[in-house]
Amino acid sequence: MPKIKMPKSSPSIDMTPMVDLAFLLVTFFMLAASFRSSEPVQVTTPSSVSDKIIPSNLIMVTVDKGGRVFFNMSNAEARKEMLTNMSGKYQIGFNKEQMEEFGFMESFGCTMKELPGYISLSSEERGRARTLGIPYDSTNNELKDWINFGNLAALNTGKTLFEEAKLKGDNPDANDFKPKFILRVDSQTLYVNAQKVIDVFRDLNLNNLNFVTSMEMPPKN
Amino acid sequence: MAEIADSGGGGHAKGKKRAKKGSTRVDMTPMVDLAFLLLTFFVLTSTFSKPKVMSLVYPAKVEDNDIVDGPKINNAITFLVSEDKLFYYSGEYYPKSAPGPKGPTKLEETNFGPDGVRKLLAEGNAYVLSGKQELKKKLDNKQIQDSVYVNMLTELKKKDQALKVLIKTDDKATCKNFIDLIDELKIAEIGVIAPVEMMGGELELLKEKLK
Repeated sequence: MPKIKMPKSSPSIDMTPMVDLAFLLVTFFMLAASFRSSEPVQVTTPSSVSDKIIPSNLIMVTVDKGGRVFFNMSNAEARKEMLTNMSGKYQIGFNKEQMEEFGFMESFGCTMKELPGYISLSSEERGRARTLGIPYDSTNNELKDWINFGNLAALNTGKTLFEEAKLKGDNPDANDFKPKFILRVDSQTLYVNAQKVIDVFRDLNLNNLNFVTSMEMPPKN
Repeated sequence: MAEIADSGGGGHAKGKKRAKKGSTRVDMTPMVDLAFLLLTFFVLTSTFSKPKVMSLVYPAKVEDNDIVDGPKINNAITFLVSEDKLFYYSGEYYPKSAPGPKGPTKLEETNFGPDGVRKLLAEGNAYVLSGKQELKKKLDNKQIQDSVYVNMLTELKKKDQALKVLIKTDDKATCKNFIDLIDELKIAEIGVIAPVEMMGGELELLKEKLK
């Protein structure tokens, strides 16, 4: 009987395909990933079956678990216009760097008085700074002014963008250039807290609100 | 692929110095390690699903002296939301002092689950839901276009026979409760949703139920 010869093979495995695959995946995830923006508050949003994607031109008010209120707007140009109007109304000056910085900031939740100091912080310090939220009671309703000036500024910039798109010959829808109002509420926060913010919107006659929700599977019929 | 061709070193004449033949195989383990490290990092940090939004139109605010009695809502259901609890009554509200044809309003308890509010709404809004199915059939058979379908559906939701819903929350209800309820209403294709203030009489009924 002939002896069975085990074929002598190298014990090292060719890892090239594995590396290929790994780098392919790395590249994919790198390109596809959109990072969570560094918001000053973590909010767990409730879930719904809605599949409407969050619009890009937005004015967002966040209500966290404790009822603190934060404000955010998407358009950097409009943000600067809004801040100019706000600083005029509250007699608080901002220098040029602060203006620029404000254009790229995330949500903020502090009073007008604290704002210049807050803008001057670095973004890491901002994350750690514990602010008390934007006041929105009847004696000092800063939130109302933020929303109002934000809306006006966003409408202004939207108008210019709309005219530009019109000149280009696309057939734009004017509604796409208007800001959408987004409410990001924590699922554990009391509805009365959110209701106060909703009432601020309604006082300004802005009745069409959008709640940020995470995706949930719709029920099968 | 990863090996570098090492032929050509063998064709030297005798006596000549030979270059040491080392393995030309590159050890790829560190590279693989790194690749997988990066892979894990990106997998864990990336957020794929952009957050979604659910739109809700609130009734416009009216001045107190502007309030006039609106048209009687003939097909409405009112939900009272408290912390993780849900109650409802159909039709108009009748206080104990002025009972309606069926006596004063009584609250019924239900829940946020599929057997509770979803069933209730599916039965209450059967008119719209069956109408939607018919429209959907037409759409699938290409008898109507997409835009027509959307328009007809909105029209259907506004009809008198469609169920209207009022939502009233007490001071213990969380946003999750509220959004969950709105979500159920959207599933049941309710067209008219009105979040309104709770009246004193209703609050008392609710308190009694919560005891």
